[in-house]
Amino acid sequence: MLKKNVLMAVAVISLLIQSNTAHAALRIFACEPEWGALAQELGGKLLDVTVATSALQDPHQIQAKPSLIARVRNADLVVCTGAELEIGWLPVLLQQSGNANVQAGKLGNFAAADFVKKLEIPTQLDRAQGDVHAAGNPHIQLDPRNIALVASALSTRLQQVDSANAGQYAQNLASFSQRWQQAMTRWTAQAAPLRDVAVVSRHKAYVYLYDWLGLKEVAVLEPKPGVEPTASHLQGLLTSLKTTHVRMTLYSAYQDPKPSEWLSKNGGIAVVKLPFTVGGTDAAKDLFGLFDDTLARLLVGANTK
Amino acid sequence: MKSTSISSLAIALGLTFSPLTYAASSTPTGAAVVTDNAFNPAMSLILSGGYTHASQDPESYRIAGFDLPKDAEAGPGTRGFSLSESELDLSANIDPWLRGVANIALGSDNSISVENAYIQTTSLGHGLQLKAGRFFSDLGYVNSQHAHAWDFADAPLAYQAMLGTQYADDGVQLTLLAPTDQFLQVGIELGRGRSFPGTNTNRNGAGSSAFTLHTGGDVGDNHSWRAGISTLHTKADAQELSSIDANDHEVINAFTGITDVWILDGVWKWAPNGNATRTNFKLQGEYLRSKRDGDFTYDTETSNLTDAYTATQSGWYLQGIYQFMPRWRMGLRTERLNSGTPDYASNQVNMTIPTDDARKHTVMLDYSPSEFSRVRLQFAKDYARGDVVDNQMVLLYQMSLGAHGAHSY
Repeated sequence: MLKKNVLMAVAVISLLIQSNTAHAALRIFACEPEWGALAQELGGKLLDVTVATSALQDPHQIQAKPSLIARVRNADLVVCTGAELEIGWLPVLLQQSGNANVQAGKLGNFAAADFVKKLEIPTQLDRAQGDVHAAGNPHIQLDPRNIALVASALSTRLQQVDSANAGQYAQNLASFSQRWQQAMTRWTAQAAPLRDVAVVSRHKAYVYLYDWLGLKEVAVLEPKPGVEPTASHLQGLLTSLKTTHVRMTLYSAYQDPKPSEWLSKNGGIAVVKLPFTVGGTDAAKDLFGLFDDTLARLLVGANTK
Repeated sequence: MKSTSISSLAIALGLTFSPLTYAASSTPTGAAVVTDNAFNPAMSLILSGGYTHASQDPESYRIAGFDLPKDAEAGPGTRGFSLSESELDLSANIDPWLRGVANIALGSDNSISVENAYIQTTSLGHGLQLKAGRFFSDLGYVNSQHAHAWDFADAPLAYQAMLGTQYADDGVQLTLLAPTDQFLQVGIELGRGRSFPGTNTNRNGAGSSAFTLHTGGDVGDNHSWRAGISTLHTKADAQELSSIDANDHEVINAFTGITDVWILDGVWKWAPNGNATRTNFKLQGEYLRSKRDGDFTYDTETSNLTDAYTATQSGWYLQGIYQFMPRWRMGLRTERLNSGTPDYASNQVNMTIPTDDARKHTVMLDYSPSEFSRVRLQFAKDYARGDVVDNQMVLLYQMSLGAHGAHSY
């Protein structure tokens, strides 16, 4: 039996190692849809992109399921947000993948948040404050200036990992950057009416968006980051908001709209669903669509009443 | 290691609980504050405890037809208030090639035991990983999970009866993940066979071996699954087993021989759009089959009669866990064992074969104020003794402090 077990393992293992076939395209494992979309912009046909999560899933709470472990096993480059956003699941995927090239600190491991200036870095780390991230707020993708910074860093990384196609990646980056700069000019002009508009957030997920557009966050529905809104907290908010002129309450596509809708109904303020990432709404088909639709929805919300 | 005090362990390891240490070591800008503690392992402490009510005396707990060692961790445990297994977890990369993990279990009887202490490769590549030390075997589904990750307060009866609740050995493990989009992992383990169904056998070479194979994947956006088959082979030398003989006396018997355990496991998870935050459902089941072959000694203390012995026994459980709203989950588990018809040869006259199979039905409700805390209420109708029912109620808390743990599937 002992010998049988060993033989069985050796047979299966050698069979599996032999079946390792060569792949032409660079395999990208993107933790969130925005990075999958960005990789697609920068690599196009040179890449085979797998996106681990969808816009309808909470990126803090993803199951380290077998299909994801298998995808990380075969990835050449893992592109994630970092800043502890994926701390509850990515470490398990990396550990169980047996893929040496994508471990933290290796060339095959890219964390977008490493390349932008992070906001809301806590001065005190205490779980009594909720699910705080030591590295700062990880939801960096809703400021297009951050996307530009990450695009440049990601292109550099692609050129390092797949040096044979470095020229093509550089060319793609130049093209993307040009289109992105033009879009940013357009978005900034469109968003002018949003400056200093007071809003309520569902989760502390939009700090970078506010920083870009000059929106003012006056309250958050979650009593503490990661803690679901409670009835008493919402009631308290409603009372305190009577004295503030709040224009809209925002939530993301993956979240339960009920608390935001309740506040909207009882407080008489507009409720706005944001795509949050690529795929969150029908219009948010790619990164350009993400910002077009986010702005369109914010402008509608701000002009309600 | 047993009965060392907890504080002296912490002092001996030179550990501090300052959470700011992690902040310093994880500053992504590279401007890390350099202190002696910056390289401390990630540390987390699991605090668990509760209240147990059992209508039958836990001291008299036994699983009909399955004889276990006297110190087996079977049954509901201590009545009244008690600590459950609290645990100190430490892990860090050792160097660019290895990672180390230790889980120190803190028992309610003031004992300290090494639950896991292993090193693991991080850079073999090709989907290969090598582990050495003491670790939970990859057998089945719940075996490799820590008790605080279980969905019920206790292990399934089949695990208590055939794997000593949770099989952990000292040894080596090699796993390989196939280079396919379908998750396919095989593993081989060699160990000393130190715990039930094996014993220390004072021999060179391996006293136990295991082979595991797991596969899994997704079905659409809403469903994911994993299934597996594994087998464990152990040797036992004069393994002392507590049992009730034909005269209704408690006797200590001994088993010397080999045990083969086969396990089929499956888990299926559902979440709308793959978003498990609000509602989700998990269906999980395992089937275990154990075959023991060797010599059986009846009543080692007085009669001391030895003859041949073979037994084929089996058991299964099936459970469903439903998160019906954020933070709240309910669960149902049903399970049954089949003690088979053991062949005791000439010892047959001394032993009885139970007429009723062990079975158990459990319901639970749990509430998690945050990702780091959980309170659970569990009721069970436990017919493990066969003929009498043990009504059990368990109220349990499980808390996690320190480093943010990541959860396996």
